Amino acid sequence: MALNETDLSLPPVEEVREEMLKLYPSKTRRKREKQIIVNDPDSPKEIGANTRTVPGIITQRGCTYAGCKGVVIGPIGDVLHLTHGPIGCGYYSWLSRRNLTRARDFSHGKEKGINYLQYCLSTDMTENEIVYGGEKKLEAAIEEAWNEFKPKAMVIYATCPVGLIGDDIHAVARRMKEKLGINIVALSCEGYRGVSQSAGHHIANNKVFTDMVGLDDTKPTGKYNINILGEYNIGGDAWEIHRIFDLVGINIVGVLSGAVSYDQICNCHTADLNVVMCHRSINYMAEMMETKYGIPWFKINFIGAESTGKSLRKIAKYFGDKGLIDRVEEVIAAEMIDVRATLEKVKPITTGKRVALFVGGSRAHHYQDLFGEMEMKVVSAGYEFAHRDDYEGRGVLPSIKVDADSRNIEELEIEADPVRYNPRLSEERKRQFAEEGFAFKDYEGMMREMNKETLVIDDISHHELEKLIEIYKPAVIGSGIKDKYIVEKMGVPCKQLHSYDYGGPYAGFKGAINFFEEIARMVSSPVWSYVTAPWDQPASPANETSSSEPVAEGL
Amino acid sequence: MLDGTNATVCERTALRINPAKTCQPIGAMYAALGIHGCMPHSHGSQGCCAYHRSHLTRHFKEPVVATTSSFTEGASVFGGLSNMTTALSNIFSIYDPEVVAVHTTCLSEVIGDDLPMMIKKNIAEGKIPEGKHVIHANTPSFVGSHVTGFSTMVKNTIKYLSGKTGETSDSVNILPGYVDPSDMRELKRIAAELGVKITMLPDTSDVLDQPQTGVYEMYPKGGTKVSEIQAMGDAIATLACGDFASKEAAEELEKKCIVPFSLIDLPIGLKGTDTFIDTLRRMAAVPVPASITLERGRLLDLISDMSQYFHGKKVAIFGDPDHVVGVTQLLVEIGMIPTVVITGTPGKRFERKIAEIVSKVSPDAHIEANADIYKLHQIIKNRKVDLLMGNTYGKHVARAEGNLPFVRFGFPIMDRTGHRLFPLVGYRGAMYYLDKILDQLFDKADREVPEELFELIQ
Repeated sequence: MALNETDLSLPPVEEVREEMLKLYPSKTRRKREKQIIVNDPDSPKEIGANTRTVPGIITQRGCTYAGCKGVVIGPIGDVLHLTHGPIGCGYYSWLSRRNLTRARDFSHGKEKGINYLQYCLSTDMTENEIVYGGEKKLEAAIEEAWNEFKPKAMVIYATCPVGLIGDDIHAVARRMKEKLGINIVALSCEGYRGVSQSAGHHIANNKVFTDMVGLDDTKPTGKYNINILGEYNIGGDAWEIHRIFDLVGINIVGVLSGAVSYDQICNCHTADLNVVMCHRSINYMAEMMETKYGIPWFKINFIGAESTGKSLRKIAKYFGDKGLIDRVEEVIAAEMIDVRATLEKVKPITTGKRVALFVGGSRAHHYQDLFGEMEMKVVSAGYEFAHRDDYEGRGVLPSIKVDADSRNIEELEIEADPVRYNPRLSEERKRQFAEEGFAFKDYEGMMREMNKETLVIDDISHHELEKLIEIYKPAVIGSGIKDKYIVEKMGVPCKQLHSYDYGGPYAGFKGAINFFEEIARMVSSPVWSYVTAPWDQPASPANETSSSEPVAEGL
Repeated sequence: MLDGTNATVCERTALRINPAKTCQPIGAMYAALGIHGCMPHSHGSQGCCAYHRSHLTRHFKEPVVATTSSFTEGASVFGGLSNMTTALSNIFSIYDPEVVAVHTTCLSEVIGDDLPMMIKKNIAEGKIPEGKHVIHANTPSFVGSHVTGFSTMVKNTIKYLSGKTGETSDSVNILPGYVDPSDMRELKRIAAELGVKITMLPDTSDVLDQPQTGVYEMYPKGGTKVSEIQAMGDAIATLACGDFASKEAAEELEKKCIVPFSLIDLPIGLKGTDTFIDTLRRMAAVPVPASITLERGRLLDLISDMSQYFHGKKVAIFGDPDHVVGVTQLLVEIGMIPTVVITGTPGKRFERKIAEIVSKVSPDAHIEANADIYKLHQIIKNRKVDLLMGNTYGKHVARAEGNLPFVRFGFPIMDRTGHRLFPLVGYRGAMYYLDKILDQLFDKADREVPEELFELIQ
């Protein structure tokens, strides 16, 4: 149903869109027009996505380095991460993303594990290296890091100046790998390489795939062995998913890359199935693993209790074991008791309230499920760095034009491994699945699941967000740290969906309960009602009499 | 916690571990936020701008807006002029600031973008609206630290905007240094108490400590107005706080407008605040009111009440050089022993200054500029201390060393919220911090002493 049919107080959506666009200079307007789309779920319109941000626009986006180190590889807790560059990049990406890590997960029952994410390593490049080159310093830094920590592997990240001055970090990595006898992986993830973090995800996927995945062929011991791709353990999400999988009896070989060890990543090609949470950041990996090792993949979502149940059922169906299918039903039934009880409690507070989400490359979609369960109404949503397929579905992949920026990112040519390629599904099984409508390597995108006449906004700018809040007056906004206090100054609570405002987990069943309670708190907080001081309240007889009431009431 | 840290110090020449500094642009962005109606602009890849905004927001828990030239590979090859021109057009059309304060990044510095030329070209082509200003600072990330970036932006603000009419006003310029809005507010309060008319640059009070009103303002009422910056050249004198953050700006104003300056340490602690007040009252030729002397007396009384608990306690301190100088001075005043004192910012004068402050009480202190928190931790493992003081990044060290009492100060503090409201400077700031230090020491004792030594009254 169209949004303003369900809420008559809303202005026509085209008017809202025009309000956002009309201030822009014409060139900027032409660009933004393509990125602000009035939604039609039945036939999603083409959206401008993964294109350059207009200079001078206040954007949420970050850089390639942030996507590579900060998102995909940075969470691997038992390898040393060394940033080659001036101090800032290493510094800002030091424990600033909330991928929780437990050192004991790395110890494998032997010695005490060390959580290397507590260490920020940088070559702290100075003018001297900018002028004379930084390879020598990088080599010395690797040696010093080895002396200090003796890690099992190291990852080196290039920052903007590195590419410009022409340091060959890959040659340094090769030399030092040979000298020290440990794996040293180098990433050319200079900040300027792409239009957003997204380029960094792709670069990271490529290197993790070529330099880590497949190094250890030890067969997993579980009856059902899977990898979860695109889950980063923000606020402990991966731990909640682990809990659920333990209950149903599925063995997680590796999570890429939250709460994961280097060894698990090296071994994850032995799994029977890849399920994909964040399509944007990791779909490359899923594709490459299927081509090289024959592991099928499909999209799942553990954000939202219903979605979690649906995802579990799909996984059980894939394995096709009656015992597993029954066990999954038992677990869902047991877990949903508390979920339903919490929903009953919060729905009177949340039902019908408006929400808008601007975050990431999958969260703006996934979190709509949680808000939906609370019967809240998404008026607008958009990603920070997604591509068209994340909006319109993978069906549009063949029609996406590869522009100069995307061409910069290497697309690896993968072939089936001559020895280890092992298609997990027989042709017959594949045919059966197809007949049943069981979809592999598919993602329908965000637009098909949003209401008609909602606004889909890619790479939302500050100005558009301000207009949106003014017009729609949402009860809550889901966004990130840079927007949080802007939104809250406007009297609207803002939930950070990158860091979870240091709460969570929000995945799985227990996560859903946490989220419901948190959002109920936010939309019913009395803080916003105290804005006007008593002496600034409009004078009325009611006010006059209320002044004699006890002051503490309601505080 | 920090289980990989070795107690044995190995000389490192190439590797920084757990830095006690960050890069220049964030300091430049912060300084620009203290100019009224100013849009800070980051000329480089958009990641820099995102990182700086995020980190400043985490420290202040306040909106921090800034724009970026959003370089991609093309701009990195062909230069950033086109991005800058588009950015300026968008910024003035959409966000309508009074001033755009551009700072560079390592990217635009390495490719050699000529900012003055770009700004001149845009002015010549009529792309900067009448009465609006575009200023810039070169802040390559591979030189100095965030403090250098702050210093350069303040200096260049003066260079671009300050003038001289020839008539000396009755005003004093105060350069507060890289301090929080709470500190700037406190220094302004002291000046008002003295009855001295001042211009403070930059001034982030009423910018980064905004009330909740239900209304968002991109340019809040605070910040030094362009007209005030222009008039700084007519002031009686400049009082510059902090060698690292404020000296260059004071020198620039002296050079440009012949305004004499006094350079003092950040007004932290009794003596630091004494010097601030004494210098200011001499500059403006005003008497110090009794209210200030009373305030000083109350601080002194607090020091005397608390001194038995502070006496002889060893402290490790890290942070930005001007802050660390002030805090070290404060700790010496209350009888503590600064044992390890480091800053991440390069500068031998920091080491000389600290050595002078601690010479009597702690002649064998480990003092080091251009050092990192990893090194600080290694030294603590060898030389036990009773208290750690530094920014948020010290919390791991504190926990790793048996929950060492830890008091946060300086930038950034991302896991506590009070610092934007409660100052570190002035007598009041000292009172607030002494209370915090004692709380930390007592709380640890209360949690850990044997039951028979658990005191009800102290």
